[in-house]
Amino acid sequence: MATKTYIQAIAEATIEEMERDKSVFTMGEDLRHSVYGATAGLVERFGEDRVLDTPLSENGFFGAALGASLCGMRPIVETVTSFLWVGMDQLISQAAKMRYMFGGQAELPVTFRVRMFYARGASAHHSDRNYPVFMNTPGLKIICPSNAYDAKGLMKTAVRDNDVCLLFEDGIAISSRTEVPDNADLPNGELLVPFGVANIVQPGSDVTIVGIAGGVQHAIDAAKVLEAEGVSAEIIDPRTLVPLDTETILKSVAKTGRLVVVDPAHKMCSAGSEIAAIVAQEGFWDLQAPIQVVASEQINVPYSPALEPLIYPTPEKVVSAIRTVLG
Amino acid sequence: MALDKQQLVEMYRRMCRIRYFEEAVIEIHSSGELIGPAHPYIGEEAVAVGACAALRDTDRIAGNHRSHGHPIAKGGDVNRAMAEILGKSDGYCKGKGGSMHLADFSIGILGESGIVASSVPIATGAALAAKLSKQDFVSLVFFGDGASNQGACHESMNMASLWDLPVIFMCENNGYAITTSYKNSVSVDHVSDRASAYGMPGVLIDGQDAIAVWEATNEAVRRARAGEGPTLIEAMTYRFEDHSLGLDKIRKSEYRTQEEVDEAMTRDPLPIHRSAMINQGFVTATECDEIEATVHTEIEGAVEFARNSPYPQPEDLYEDMWATPV
Repeated sequence: MATKTYIQAIAEATIEEMERDKSVFTMGEDLRHSVYGATAGLVERFGEDRVLDTPLSENGFFGAALGASLCGMRPIVETVTSFLWVGMDQLISQAAKMRYMFGGQAELPVTFRVRMFYARGASAHHSDRNYPVFMNTPGLKIICPSNAYDAKGLMKTAVRDNDVCLLFEDGIAISSRTEVPDNADLPNGELLVPFGVANIVQPGSDVTIVGIAGGVQHAIDAAKVLEAEGVSAEIIDPRTLVPLDTETILKSVAKTGRLVVVDPAHKMCSAGSEIAAIVAQEGFWDLQAPIQVVASEQINVPYSPALEPLIYPTPEKVVSAIRTVLG
Repeated sequence: MALDKQQLVEMYRRMCRIRYFEEAVIEIHSSGELIGPAHPYIGEEAVAVGACAALRDTDRIAGNHRSHGHPIAKGGDVNRAMAEILGKSDGYCKGKGGSMHLADFSIGILGESGIVASSVPIATGAALAAKLSKQDFVSLVFFGDGASNQGACHESMNMASLWDLPVIFMCENNGYAITTSYKNSVSVDHVSDRASAYGMPGVLIDGQDAIAVWEATNEAVRRARAGEGPTLIEAMTYRFEDHSLGLDKIRKSEYRTQEEVDEAMTRDPLPIHRSAMINQGFVTATECDEIEATVHTEIEGAVEFARNSPYPQPEDLYEDMWATPV
């Protein structure tokens, strides 16, 4: 089995879905020159009509993707977390609401591939980890792959899904390599990862660590540190936040009695705080210690390399949180 | 190419349908049965009807908050439209959309939007789908003078012209964005003047004359279907009623004078079309009276249908969220 980078996995998924279904096309800024790395060679392979370089008009082309999807197309839109703000009217007032508001008439099979850059000195305007904002808006499916395998499998599921999917590509995981099977080695000839099914990254018995996107690697690194001390951590990657596999998380907490959530988003109203709230409400009697949420500080992202790393979750912070819940 | 008698009569029928529908909505609102806002289209009927007369069922339209008239002009069902406005289960959106969100995808009505200009990119995308899938439908979006100042409008017009998309931008300039005069918000004399900046034709027409609207739209549709790209049409019209039902504060304000309203109402699109048909010998006054009477009965039926339709059930609350269930 070959190892592939997260970015290669996204590229493969795009090519496979465009080969499979002629209604799939890509649109976004600088796709033809693959500025963000996942669209290299697409225009040569599929032509300019199916690889649309757009003007810098996020609100306009997000909406155009939605309109095209209402008429039988399946657009894949590439953008960046911070540019989602520019197109918020289309994302919130249209993408999320059209289907329900029109009594189920609308089908909006659009996948937004959203690159999530952070922890790289890009300052406040290019370091957003804003998926929780969209969790608070009913009608959007929120996908946060943490590795190449899931990135490919979830991306392919998203393209085939008939609702609007926001797939957040974690910038700190984007070059990481994971084993991704070749299609020929798969029973169905292709890799599809279903929504709403968490991945138990490793089983354990003393503490549950739920990692979101890049937070999963921090959980793995922290678990390794504590393994030497005899701590058995169960690591869960929800993979999709909407829908969220609460059952797997609650089952794990029922077994371990302790929960740490690692979320690169800002802490207030984060995915981490939502998971903590669900477990507090539905799994309270299983808990042996207060839940710990390791998320980004509730301040804006500073530029200086002396400051920026301080705000994000790190394996060290996760280790410290685990020690807290273990008492 | 000219409109024949059947087409002219059907246009008149749809204009009457919109007018009487809106009059019924106003009456229902005053009785307290309609709880939310509703934005009457009275005075602007010729724009929707003239534009839609140039479209096929497979062509797509999108509208805005003042959009009872657009779906009716496209051939929508007044029973289901009225039921939707009353929040009933037989409404177009099963009572989940209401006055500002009528939609009938089966005849190309992609839905109305409560956010001004928000439908403009959607309609542009529908046209993009036509181009990419090599189908010959066109897309037409109704928006107001207020919407013309939104970035969504400018972004869409740029993309549509850049990619030669089959879309018609139909600006209904009714003079006011709630209380703000377009003269106080648009930097050029006319919204249509902006078309040249995007490299597309800009056409200024009398929006009270349904035949003039049809002529301009018909040419824009021809261009669109021929792959020649978008057209911006600005139809000068007037909102006879105030911005929204239930906003008494705005009604009492003095953003426009009574003289101006009276003057505008002398150019009512219904009598203008009726006279044109009679003067050209297509119909008699008696035939017009009959059309009006028939449509009155039809709208009375729509109100009855809507009143008799049941409200949605509590269990319907969770339906219609997802196309692919979670």
